[in-house]
Amino acid sequence: MANEVTKTMPPSTRLRQTDVGEVTVDIRTPDLEINFGPQHPATHGVMRVLMRTDGELVTGAQPHLGYLHRCAEKIGENVEWLQYLPYTDRYDYLASMNNNLGYSLAVEALLGVEIPRRATLIRIICAELNRIGSHLVAFGTYGLDIGAFTPFLYCFREREWMMALFEKICGARLTYSYIRIGGVFNDAPPGWFEEVARFCDVFEQKWPEYVDLLLVNQIYVKRTANVGVISREMALDFGLTGTMVRGSGIDWDLRRDMPYMCYGEIWRDGAFKIPVAKGEMGALGDCWDRSWVRVMEMMESIKIVRWCLDHMVDGPVIGELPKTLKVPAGEAYVGIENPRGELGHYVVSDGGKVSVRTRVRGPSFCNLAVLEDILPGALVGDAIAIIGSTDIVVGETDR
Amino acid sequence: MTPALALAQQSAAVEVGSGSNAFLEGLVAALGAYLPMWALWLGAAVTGVAIVMGLISLIAMFSVWLERKVAGHIQCRYGPMYVGWHGWLQSIADGVKLLLKEDMIPRDADRVLFMLAPALVLAAIVAAMAAYPLAPGVFFADIDLGVFFVIAMSSMTTIGVVMAGWASNSKWTVFGAMREAAQVVAYEIPLGVALLVPVMVAGTLNMREASEMQSGWYGMGWFMFKNPFMLPAFVLYFIAALAETKRAPFDLPEAESELVAGFMTEYSGIRWSFFFMEEYAAMFLMSALAAVFFLGGFESPLTWAAGEFFGRELFVKGASGATELNLQAIPYHAVAGLTLLVKSFAGIFLMMWLRWTLPRVRVDQVMTMGYKYLTPLALVCAIGAALWEAGKQALLG
Repeated sequence: MANEVTKTMPPSTRLRQTDVGEVTVDIRTPDLEINFGPQHPATHGVMRVLMRTDGELVTGAQPHLGYLHRCAEKIGENVEWLQYLPYTDRYDYLASMNNNLGYSLAVEALLGVEIPRRATLIRIICAELNRIGSHLVAFGTYGLDIGAFTPFLYCFREREWMMALFEKICGARLTYSYIRIGGVFNDAPPGWFEEVARFCDVFEQKWPEYVDLLLVNQIYVKRTANVGVISREMALDFGLTGTMVRGSGIDWDLRRDMPYMCYGEIWRDGAFKIPVAKGEMGALGDCWDRSWVRVMEMMESIKIVRWCLDHMVDGPVIGELPKTLKVPAGEAYVGIENPRGELGHYVVSDGGKVSVRTRVRGPSFCNLAVLEDILPGALVGDAIAIIGSTDIVVGETDR
Repeated sequence: MTPALALAQQSAAVEVGSGSNAFLEGLVAALGAYLPMWALWLGAAVTGVAIVMGLISLIAMFSVWLERKVAGHIQCRYGPMYVGWHGWLQSIADGVKLLLKEDMIPRDADRVLFMLAPALVLAAIVAAMAAYPLAPGVFFADIDLGVFFVIAMSSMTTIGVVMAGWASNSKWTVFGAMREAAQVVAYEIPLGVALLVPVMVAGTLNMREASEMQSGWYGMGWFMFKNPFMLPAFVLYFIAALAETKRAPFDLPEAESELVAGFMTEYSGIRWSFFFMEEYAAMFLMSALAAVFFLGGFESPLTWAAGEFFGRELFVKGASGATELNLQAIPYHAVAGLTLLVKSFAGIFLMMWLRWTLPRVRVDQVMTMGYKYLTPLALVCAIGAALWEAGKQALLG
């Protein structure tokens, strides 16, 4: 039964609202079952979607996961608290700083350790820079899915600098393990904050390029508007988070609504806004709205980084922790706003050196569930646009 | 050999009658005493085909290099830099790699069709290329139905593409093939109708003659400026040509992110490079057609000056009555040939520029655009141009 597409459109409902008007598909032939992935240029990794197609019309779809399963959570129950940190890098490899942060916050909630102010601010700078990098990849590869190659490389041009910044602060370009339990690994090198400020200036100049080249490009709008519409109700039903839920017009951001670290303070300072889609180009909750949210969020992240740079203090960057970390017994859940949505870490400790239970709520995994419902009725080209707009990272759906 | 090639040979042979085939005449003079006429004809035809093949390979190689450089510079990078000066030998390196690659045929593929498809595609484009005039006096085949021939041959490549898609026995390739078929059917009409506009003004389908007719105004008497319906017709033709040659934003048959590589998914090595060569040769031909019928062909002020200075006739009747090569006119013909080449590559550059800038349109949007907008607009252009010409004749006599 694993290869059955469970939700298939009955033939009588195969109507499609196209630019031409309503088109009835009335020539009946057997549906073509087609494996989209696991090796396919547009699956962003090794995801497989079993699609049923009637010509160019997708009549049913079933995502299959697990090709990249690495037992991350189980490993978390077998290695020491600190040793698990590098594994968090690997679930959403485009936002490793955020993953480190989520796990660290969860363990710190049990530890009750005081985090130095400087460490908190550096953490936020890193997390937001990484959010920009992640959205750049999401937006760039989405352009690639739609068929525009060049914006992707423009996005990577800025992301390259972002990675160089991280390389300077922690030596790694992709899997940082920089945000540690209790603070951050080490202080920023001299001149780093100035370079971050320069990055912010340059990014603000380059950002309109993405908007002009791709976001408001007429072909792009035609391809994404009114495609893959996720209504408000549907978004809530599926428990979507992050850019997906904001793309459906729901104003929900953990940085403001369940603040962690000093995001609450930054929000009260009015330093950043939360972009919520308004359905400007078509129905609310279409693919265009989701990409719009991502593009807008990059600029908001720049503002948060600027705020942190302005309020930077001197001091230690890691709290007082014993060499062998023993976490007091108890359980904690901390959800943070990852670039893709709510990344939740649930950890249980019995007071020992090793976690009893580590559980991760991956945003890509939860957001992926909606595919099965929005893919039927789309054209094959739309299906790629829809899958791209959910912005999944397979490392995280499979963990 | 395919019918396409046979036709090309035939049309090359037709030239013998008109007495303008200098190559064959030379051959007859040199070897006529030793070999029968049919052997000489065959020799001339085979040499012609070999030259066309060489030309296509050269154009494809240069275009591939150009594409990579254009893409690179558009995307804030350099493109190939290592093989030769600015990577100009890159295409040769790639060609060697493709030749040395394993020739793979999927187990369940239809072997005959699978192997025939790239050959057919290449043969069709080689045949079409025979109509390309190298210079006013140098051409492979001076076909009176030149435009018609080029369009007919380049749509034959579609058969090869559909064949490749079907024979590969893969779902993605079938998708690509069906898209190609639908797209070409939809865009062939506006392409042909848009070309009718200059053809109507020229009164000929012959590419060389059409080019000659634009030599007025010191080499700027281009059809483009002769009629207000020319510019819209040119835009329509260019859009349709993009779709016809499977170039972005109409690259649906091979849509990389959607269909893996469309109809080419299962091809590798030299067979794959045939499709590749066809794509660039088709781009070149479509641009050349645009250059000849809209942008003056051989004509430019420079060509005009060269013609005035050096003389235009490449072959003159000598004192003895035999046709002789007029060496003095060679610079004029070189300038004219280069002018057409530059114009054709300008069109190719525009296609590349578009490809690296625009996203891809969706399959229903392609159809909507072809049938609902391009075709009616092309018809309006054709009728408008006809009325304009008729009115001009009625008023000015």
